Amino acid sequence: MSLITTLAQLEAVRTGRAQPAATVRHRHLSAAPLVFVPLTTAGEAGAPLGALVGTDRDAPHLLVVPQPRDRDLRFGFLAELADVVLPYLEAYADAVEPAERTERDSGTGARVKVEVELCADAAQIVVPSRAGVEYVRLLGRSTRFRRTAEQDPQAPHPAPPRVPLLGRWLTHYGERARVPGSSLLLAMTDLLGRHWATGQSTLEDQHLGALLAWIDPPAGGTGAEAAHRAELAREDGQLLCPPAGPATDPAFDNKLLAPAIERYDRARLALAGAEDGLAADGLLRALTEAEREVRDLVESRTRPTWDAVWRGLELLRRLPEGARVEERWTRDRWSFTGHRDRVRSGEPPQPRRDDAVTAANKLAAREREQARLDAQEALDDPLVMAGRRLSGEAFAGEVVDVVMTYSEGRRPSPRPLVTVLTDDRPHLGERVKVYRSLGGRAQTAEFVEQAGDGVLVVRIVDKMGRGKEPEPGSVPEKGDPVCFTLFEHEQRGGARLPEPEDTPWTHGGPPGAEGAVAEAPDAPTEEDVL
Amino acid sequence: MDKASLAERLGAPAPFGQSQFALTRGNAFEARVKADGGAELLRLAHEALDRGAEPPARARLPDLTATGPEGRAARTALALREATAEAGSWTLLDHPMLALEVAGSPAFLEPDAVVVHPDGRWTVVEIKSFPMLDGAADAAKVGAAARQAAVYVLALERVAAHLAGPPEGPAGAGAPRVRHRVLLVCPKDFSNLPAASAVDVRRQRAVTARQLARLTRVEDIAAALPEGVCFSPELPPEELTAAVEAVPAAYAPECLATCELAFHCRGRSRAAGAVTPLGRPVRAELGGLTTVDDVLAAARGEAGDPDDPVVAALRRAATLREQALREAAEVAACR
Amino acid sequence: MTAETVSAPGRPEFDPGAEAARATEAILDDTLHGTARGVVVDSPPGAGKSTLVVRAALELARAGRPLMVVAQTNAQVDDLVVRLAEKEPELPVGRLHSSDADPYDRALEELANVRTSAKAQDLAGLPVVLSTAAKWAHVSVDEPWRHAIVDEAYQMRSDALLAVAGLFERALFVGDPGQLDPFSTVGGEQWAGLSYDPSAAAVTTLLAHNPALPQHRLPVSWRLPASAARLVSDAFYPFTPFRSGTGPGERRLALAVASDGSGPDRVIDAAAESGWGLLELPARHTPRTDPEAVRAVAQVVRRLLDRGGAAVSERSPDPVPLTASRIAVGTAHRDQAAAVRAALAALGVSGVTVDTANRLQGREYDVTVVLHPLSGRPDATAFHLETGRLCVLASRHRHACIVVCRAGVDDLLDDYPSTEPVQLGTLVKFPDGWEANHAVLAHLAEHRVRWRP
Repeated sequence: MSLITTLAQLEAVRTGRAQPAATVRHRHLSAAPLVFVPLTTAGEAGAPLGALVGTDRDAPHLLVVPQPRDRDLRFGFLAELADVVLPYLEAYADAVEPAERTERDSGTGARVKVEVELCADAAQIVVPSRAGVEYVRLLGRSTRFRRTAEQDPQAPHPAPPRVPLLGRWLTHYGERARVPGSSLLLAMTDLLGRHWATGQSTLEDQHLGALLAWIDPPAGGTGAEAAHRAELAREDGQLLCPPAGPATDPAFDNKLLAPAIERYDRARLALAGAEDGLAADGLLRALTEAEREVRDLVESRTRPTWDAVWRGLELLRRLPEGARVEERWTRDRWSFTGHRDRVRSGEPPQPRRDDAVTAANKLAAREREQARLDAQEALDDPLVMAGRRLSGEAFAGEVVDVVMTYSEGRRPSPRPLVTVLTDDRPHLGERVKVYRSLGGRAQTAEFVEQAGDGVLVVRIVDKMGRGKEPEPGSVPEKGDPVCFTLFEHEQRGGARLPEPEDTPWTHGGPPGAEGAVAEAPDAPTEEDVL
Repeated sequence: MDKASLAERLGAPAPFGQSQFALTRGNAFEARVKADGGAELLRLAHEALDRGAEPPARARLPDLTATGPEGRAARTALALREATAEAGSWTLLDHPMLALEVAGSPAFLEPDAVVVHPDGRWTVVEIKSFPMLDGAADAAKVGAAARQAAVYVLALERVAAHLAGPPEGPAGAGAPRVRHRVLLVCPKDFSNLPAASAVDVRRQRAVTARQLARLTRVEDIAAALPEGVCFSPELPPEELTAAVEAVPAAYAPECLATCELAFHCRGRSRAAGAVTPLGRPVRAELGGLTTVDDVLAAARGEAGDPDDPVVAALRRAATLREQALREAAEVAACR
Repeated sequence: MTAETVSAPGRPEFDPGAEAARATEAILDDTLHGTARGVVVDSPPGAGKSTLVVRAALELARAGRPLMVVAQTNAQVDDLVVRLAEKEPELPVGRLHSSDADPYDRALEELANVRTSAKAQDLAGLPVVLSTAAKWAHVSVDEPWRHAIVDEAYQMRSDALLAVAGLFERALFVGDPGQLDPFSTVGGEQWAGLSYDPSAAAVTTLLAHNPALPQHRLPVSWRLPASAARLVSDAFYPFTPFRSGTGPGERRLALAVASDGSGPDRVIDAAAESGWGLLELPARHTPRTDPEAVRAVAQVVRRLLDRGGAAVSERSPDPVPLTASRIAVGTAHRDQAAAVRAALAALGVSGVTVDTANRLQGREYDVTVVLHPLSGRPDATAFHLETGRLCVLASRHRHACIVVCRAGVDDLLDDYPSTEPVQLGTLVKFPDGWEANHAVLAHLAEHRVRWRP
């Protein structure tokens, strides 16, 4: 961790308020994001209890599973979720613009340009915390292999029609969230934690209520007090600020939820045993009442989190967007479009586990995106660059001298020597390459020598045009402020890996025939059915 | 001692506790795994650990009931001896009791199960309620389970050392009788069906063995405490606080996930102005400076030796941070 | 730590030369005449890995099998090229390199039969072509090489092997499982436990898919003295032990100038006597570049040179002067290395290698001075506990290793008990860092010199 962030944290402790950890917003925010606040049932993987979801801050959809162990009710929840989420996604999938993509010709291996569609914008989903992102993945995994009655008329418990499709999209979003700098699926705690330093540890910053308390403390109080209240304050044994989920507070489960679910079960049982219409009417009312009780409980635990997420979005929108954020969002749009195309072309759902080549390609892409993100954040934000300067990965200063020299050879090119006066202490060695941003592109120079304390000489080697004399503005002048980085601004493509069907013997050979067959849905067990 | 009620009395109750939903499902799962005389459990053990052995058709399930932990531990040792002597078939010990000396006093441990293989060797079984999804599980939870199992392995090795005439090699720590691969059983995917995985606990076993060897003896901790210290939750809070403070403790945010007293320790650590509540990585860069005030004073140039690398770096960081914030404010003003 | 390790009662005498020769013959036999597509060789520190690679390369070339050699860094590739040329000056060797500036060691240009190029087709037809894994990954061929040698295979990531494995039919994989593991800058937990986890070590993936491949182990460390082999073997290779090639007393370090009684001199004497020395400074939480510890390291080096050290070993009957080039300083971090370099310069010392564990991998010196990774730290992170880091630092020396450390590291370790996560399905090849650190400290404590500078 950079000492600069540490200082911000200590200032936060001292002042009782979070301090800026960034001066611009480093993530894209959609004009109309979909906020999703799920709750889950303790002790069971992928048994949703309920959720608030929607794009309207004042009118969330409340989805509830009054008996989380009932498969039909669970499917009902997932179908409702699909009815909210899929139209939102599909609206973006249909608005396209023409674009070009470089592809490798499968026959010749040559790179060719192809005209394709690119979605003009992409759908963005925001969840409260990292656990929420994990839950999106889990829901994706638990639903994408389900079979609908249409796909498989013999299936004993067919899933509602659109649920497997929802699973594929959620899986894509969960997977994309692993790419550094991506913004299709965001966790509010990560977003806020990236832009503000609080007076508590990053571990405690995972608590959305406590994190917001530091950033946006109530009038007249300190962030520390408000955060403490958010973490621990209880009334009648219940937390005043419920956890942002998807896990619930055990005290809530035991004292409120369990009795309510029990009443619901009893009411349902009673209704099933109703002997005449008149009695059934009353019992149905009782059942509706019991269900409403569970719904109220779920809403009471999700609404504060829902409001907190929107409040966080509001705070983040006040920060100006970083200059290179748009470029990264375009990559997200490509990702979104790519998935849209795979779905439309009838490809099967994402497999349970990546094959060797896919895994290696994903890892390489993420490493490249991490390097890109690190570089771009520094270039967009002087506060981030300050951290890189402190760690010796960049230096900023004033140009005090420029001497023109030329390369040897038949056509001499300009190789100006630029002397920079700086307070920074970069880790420079002989002929180390350094880069500066010139109109958004990286200009390369080589370190030549240290000519004195804080006096560094570099030789500029490119982006000066084709002529003998450098193009105007391509060489800094005496008195100009400059900032050179030791890290590259653009990322080179990695090695080309074999196609999955050419996986070598060291990695198990080509994926077997079982990979070609659609993956089987998870087998139901007797306990899924009540 | 009961740390949860202690914390509650100190005014900083921890948000721990278990949901009855999790409890019910966990118990149902363990019962299911051990149903039918452990048939399913032994099938998993055979498949994951010992495919070369004959499949467990009819397993022995010795009765381990006895009075008191000492009695149960003795009964367990006896059952282990009998099962090993009559090698050639499978035996399942359901909730055996093991004794292990920790810091000079005996501690009693109750593994979920121990399996004796037909070759006479023993395997620790851990049954957990977190899922194994597509063959993978939460690594932190598996790590915790492996450390727990390693303690049982060590305790079993003590038992093995006491049993006379083991079939292979000399008895003692590291005697080959106790397998160093334990069986971890978890719910499979989204179901309540069991899935099993062999976990190699050699690392955890080595670590635990050294920790046990290094543990300050309980008497030593007691001797270091002032006379009359008592942690009974019945005491008034002021006295309790004084008593807890007499014990050395190093708070770090990681404690919050594991210790009932963490919120109490955090409060005290914050009140003392320490930097550790901000996290271990923060502290690591600050050398000998341990309080918020000291660090800020050093950063502002009000205190500290400028030749100290930490102080120099802090001042540089403070300058760079101010510059950057100023620059950003100027840009914002122009916008 | 002494005689009984060499010959245990009831066991036949251990003849290191014969054991090592037997292992080498078996490896070459499997490589040249075996039917398996791969052969894996684990090599502890200083067990003659490079010698084996060079010998295997020459024998494959002699057998007329076109060979590609994959190493992980340019320095490793250049080193192998030089060794090959030394051993067999007539053999045409290709050095494939990147198109960056200064892609290879200029010394290669002096070698008559070494051809260098950035294009693989320029080197086609040469009996041996060497390059880095990164460069090989950009090469495509119509017909694969008959054979490959993958050097430092434990430092290579699985995805790097995936990118080059299509280039060869069969391969010999050689490496030290005790070195620093390859790592990734982003999380790859979702693939942990998969047989082909892209961020795992290449050998792990290889063996997971081909468990029947012949696996060999070089059983003897020729670098480590008898005083070090057992500790390094026990602490870092408990599951695959090895022995030293020399017996107790065969390596000696003599000092011409008597001790002045200072801490650095006393620890030098302890190390000359026993092979190990711990210079313990008073407990204190310090910055990484702890000025006192850094100065102490520099002083120890200065005194080693001033006191006219001479090393006696099986290599030569006469004592060899301990010069600056035979001494190295190892640290955990780059800024520590920079601080030590500055401190050495201030004492007028030049020519001593000062580097981090990463960069000292595969190198060898007579005496090493190590700034303990946990010295003065208020906490113990996974980075500082990493087993490979300490292993590299504690296994670079032929004669003696002197560790400079603040007191209290054992207590620090006790405060940070190991809580490593465990991924299902991964192979345990190496001990826990926490435990290995304790094991080394416990041993060093027997050679401790307390000093208040």
